[in-house]
Amino acid sequence: MSTHIKPRWSWIVPTIYIVFLLLPIYWLVNMSFKNNSEILGAFSLWPQNPTVRNYMVIFTDPSWYNGYINSIIYVVMNTAISVTVALPAAYAFSRYRFLGDKHLFFWLLTNRMAPPAVFALPFFQLYSAFGLIDTHIAVAIAHCLFNVPLAVWILEGFMSGVPKEIDETAYIDGYSFPRFFVKIFMPLIASGIGVAAFFCFMFSWVELLIARTLTTTAAKPIAATMTRTVSASGLDWGVLAAAGVLTIIPGALVIYFVRNYIAKGFALGRV
Amino acid sequence: MEKTWNNKAWFLVLPVVVLVAFSAVIPLMTVVNYSVQDTFGNNEFFWAGTDWFSEMLQSDRFWDALFRNLIFSFTVLAIQIPLGIFIALNMPKHGIGVPVCLVLMALPLLIPWNVVGTIWQVFGRVDIGFLGHYLRVLGVDYNYTQDPIDAWATVIIMDVWHWTSLVVLLCYAGLVSIPDAYYQAAKIDGASRWSVFRYIQLPKMKRVLLIAVLLRFMDSFMIYTEPFVVTGGGPGNSTTFLSIDLVKMAIGQFDLGPAAAMSIIYFLIILLLSWIFYTVMTSHDAQS
Repeated sequence: MSTHIKPRWSWIVPTIYIVFLLLPIYWLVNMSFKNNSEILGAFSLWPQNPTVRNYMVIFTDPSWYNGYINSIIYVVMNTAISVTVALPAAYAFSRYRFLGDKHLFFWLLTNRMAPPAVFALPFFQLYSAFGLIDTHIAVAIAHCLFNVPLAVWILEGFMSGVPKEIDETAYIDGYSFPRFFVKIFMPLIASGIGVAAFFCFMFSWVELLIARTLTTTAAKPIAATMTRTVSASGLDWGVLAAAGVLTIIPGALVIYFVRNYIAKGFALGRV
Repeated sequence: MEKTWNNKAWFLVLPVVVLVAFSAVIPLMTVVNYSVQDTFGNNEFFWAGTDWFSEMLQSDRFWDALFRNLIFSFTVLAIQIPLGIFIALNMPKHGIGVPVCLVLMALPLLIPWNVVGTIWQVFGRVDIGFLGHYLRVLGVDYNYTQDPIDAWATVIIMDVWHWTSLVVLLCYAGLVSIPDAYYQAAKIDGASRWSVFRYIQLPKMKRVLLIAVLLRFMDSFMIYTEPFVVTGGGPGNSTTFLSIDLVKMAIGQFDLGPAAAMSIIYFLIILLLSWIFYTVMTSHDAQS
């Protein structure tokens, strides 16, 4: 934007906002480097006796670090499944009209609006019936409930921005549909796929209610490990804070990789 | 773009339909099943008709939770949407500031929801939390575990902290799509800051704002984890929103019939509101 529209001091607004965002996170980081007696005993803005004990507890105890591995496994599975099935569907919605297309699109969207609380118990029974409780794939498929509609929605927006002449030219040149789709079309909407994958990753990573309901030990997500261990051993504030800090890191890495796409993606796509 | 009529496109959407049907329709039928039956255990069920629905619609507990949830949703929307627009308008457009702002602002969006709850639970505590401690130092009698108003304030500030960035990112995306020529024209016309906003920036953001309102309304209406971790629905029932109440009923007390009836009413409310939003959005598309 041209500078004359914006007042000189406009950088203050995002700065204040970012400070507001970072302060609670800083507080968690601060706590994660203190031992419990310091957390509860003395109020201090930074650790007086910095310690990495809390992190060592997590990195040496399998029940802790397995939580991270489990979360990452089902989130990656979910992202892969969601984007893979959403790609052809989004193409269909962006290029063709077919029987019941509008109703189908709305029905998909309603699943994005379905409260996880409504589904927690039925999911448990459904996946018990299939013997899938406490597996990564169960959580990955359950999260498709809200991620697939979102991925279809985002990708459809991106695909509608690609001129239809490209498809037609490719068909005239003798490309089959699958070959055209993978070789020509997907590279054109690469940033859209990135944005869709980002959102799937995000919503699967942050969800806890369904993930917790469907797992007991073998696939337990880190977020659920936090709640359980904390209530069992009395509050170990330091370890809780360290575990929280570690859950922020994967998200931060993912944002860093898609940072150039976020704004562009939001603008081109529908979301 | 002109779309061709082709029913073979159904083959392309089939995987999505199968997958979502498995994840949504079967569980939903279970809920419907429970909502019309009663049981005394032993897996023996008998027909209860609409008893659970009328019981639910007559209970104060349901209406109170619904009312609290609506107030919560409208409060957070009323804060987040204007605040998000304001911040997006003041975001840098070029240079190193852009990625820095985007990455830092997106950070709260990728924190697991119970960790968000934990962060604010700790941050607000009067003994070990930054916020609670300094509010006490400033002489504010703040304690979110005992005072319902403080609990509400904490939950709302937490939600603002958590989700305003989504509105900012969406609005920012709308703003960067405006060509520079528009602003130059506005400058030649001597347009004021307000009319630039009203006639150039706001219309460009209309679409993303609709999405922002839609997403924020739905997610705040379904909020569960964050307030549950911070306040556990208390003090008393003051922050017991619909989802918290539902989980308490279904998994805590195992009242499957009433919980299922409530699920369906809850879902129908959301369906109705989604339909309104969707109609507004698609008619907006048709116009432009």
